[in-house]
Amino acid sequence: MRKLKYREAVREGLREALKSDPRVFLMGEDVGKYGGTYACSHGLLEEFGPDRIRDTPLSESTFVGAGIGAALGGMRPIVEVMTVNFSLLALDQIVNNAATIRHMSGGQFSVPLVVRMATGAGRQVAAQHSHSLEGWYAHIPGITVVTPATPADAKGMLLAALREPDPVFIFEHAMLYPMEGEVDEHAGPVDISRAAVRRPGKDVSLLTFGGSLWKTLEAADQLALSGIEAEVIDLRVLRPLDTPSILASVRKTHRAVIVDEAWRTGSFAAEISAQIMEGAFYDLDAPVARVCGAEVPIPYPKHLEDAALPQAAAIVKAVQEMRHG
Amino acid sequence: MSCFAEAGMPDLDRAHGLVLLREMIRIRRFEEKSVELYSAGKIRGFLHLYIGEEAVAVGAMQALTPDDAIVATYREHGHSLVRGTPAGPLMAELYGKADGCSRGRGGSMHFFDAARRFYGGLAIVGGGLPVAVGLALADKLQGRSRVTACFFGDGAVAEGEFHESLNLAALWKLPVLFLCENNLYAMGTALARHQAQTDITLKAKGDGVPAEAVDGMDVLAVEEATRQAAASVRCGDGPYLLEYRTYRFRAHSMYDPELYRSKDEVEQWKQRDPIATYEARLRQWGLLTDEELAKIEAAVDAEIAEAVAFAEAGSWEPVEDLTKDVYTPPQAAG
Repeated sequence: MRKLKYREAVREGLREALKSDPRVFLMGEDVGKYGGTYACSHGLLEEFGPDRIRDTPLSESTFVGAGIGAALGGMRPIVEVMTVNFSLLALDQIVNNAATIRHMSGGQFSVPLVVRMATGAGRQVAAQHSHSLEGWYAHIPGITVVTPATPADAKGMLLAALREPDPVFIFEHAMLYPMEGEVDEHAGPVDISRAAVRRPGKDVSLLTFGGSLWKTLEAADQLALSGIEAEVIDLRVLRPLDTPSILASVRKTHRAVIVDEAWRTGSFAAEISAQIMEGAFYDLDAPVARVCGAEVPIPYPKHLEDAALPQAAAIVKAVQEMRHG
Repeated sequence: MSCFAEAGMPDLDRAHGLVLLREMIRIRRFEEKSVELYSAGKIRGFLHLYIGEEAVAVGAMQALTPDDAIVATYREHGHSLVRGTPAGPLMAELYGKADGCSRGRGGSMHFFDAARRFYGGLAIVGGGLPVAVGLALADKLQGRSRVTACFFGDGAVAEGEFHESLNLAALWKLPVLFLCENNLYAMGTALARHQAQTDITLKAKGDGVPAEAVDGMDVLAVEEATRQAAASVRCGDGPYLLEYRTYRFRAHSMYDPELYRSKDEVEQWKQRDPIATYEARLRQWGLLTDEELAKIEAAVDAEIAEAVAFAEAGSWEPVEDLTKDVYTPPQAAG
């Protein structure tokens, strides 16, 4: 099977969607002439024209709201918010309109809006450009939140999202864009309701998503060297969370470590931990552990940024402490 | 039938003239009844009355076709009524009954009507403008020449979304009719206390949107200006903004003690009551008799009474259905 970079997989997904459905269009900052800040829409303006690839002003609230309106009006917009950091400007439209219009109207309207955002840290771009806020979005009823961690999911989840009648928020970790992975040329939409076991194991469940998947797999490899077989679960979808898959794994391994790049306090990892306690308390041999971001705005220098984020070593340590603590 | 000659005004058809009056009276009576019912505890939460502003919704709606879209605010009872959502479901919505236009889920601030392209009832000040821009964008992309009318108040011009939305609509030449109902107060803050530039039309022009101000207490002026503005938007010239200068006679909401304006000011504006002044003009033109007015008022009273009865008889949605319509069920997906 051929390999694509994550950003190429996103672009392939965008192209296929634009070609197959005239209702689909892309709008956001620098998606057109610039080719996308992460090159995900490179060449699309030339291919599809300015009606369907729309460079917007720096008006997050309004172009996300316009995405809502366009979806209400029969289109299938893909709104690209350059990063989750800028999405804060659009939170009112997202929380108070996109997520609620169906419910407030008594079911009269659906909002088939897809919003893509880059997320996460690791490139030394400091505090205002390094947030991981997908957990905040996963808090909101009315929307779906997906976190593709592989190129295949990056393409397939976008295609799946465009089939949903309700808003879908796709979080693409910025460190993943150059990553290579297998992408079936004929692959279409993928499931966006279930987690995936990326590495089966029997000794501990490592639960993670998005940009943290690769560090977690690395940690699993290291653990294997000392005879610990970790099961790595890529959650893939934060809302709706695939709780049955999580619990099935924990019932098998009896230990769970959640890896989440966001700040530890009130993290989505805390939600997963609560669900494990509620659903598999008597199957646990140790408290659920969390490896999360440190309680600090992401600092600029590499050594400090690295220390602020989950790393494979910390995941390994968490597992080892669990077995001996 | 008699006609009159005022510069720029078409002859006023008597039937149409009486429709305008009746619609304003319908809104007034609906709102007055809502006050009663709120005081009786039948309506709860927030209630934002349109009393005094009736000429705006009534006049403006005349310029819109059933195919046009409307986005409105939390002060939208009048807009829904004129748009055609029956008073019964609106009253039931105020009660929170399942027979309400939004299945009781929204209440006063969230009237929706898909069949009449009424996209809310959106309660965040300024929050409807981007949605209106998107609806217009969808029309443009799908080759439809229809208008999206977006009502908002003077408070909304302070939000960044106001400028962002006007800019985007102008930049992309979208068919949005921005309709600012300037009642001079953003809740309790007078326009001059929160805007360095109080001329709303100038703000619009600064963002690239042609604009004019209209006497919002004169239903004929509102209709005339809105028809012209809608025509220009409909033919693809891009957005237009109308600033209707109006005034609400009641408080911002039922919770508001109105400490921020004098009773004298309110009384002065009441002299320009859109219904009373219009009635007087119709009589002056020989288009309205006492008998006709009595008939209209009786019919409206009957309609409102029926609406209340409908709401009273309505049912409460079962609690088991609490999480219904958070997501679109698979079979209903389009």
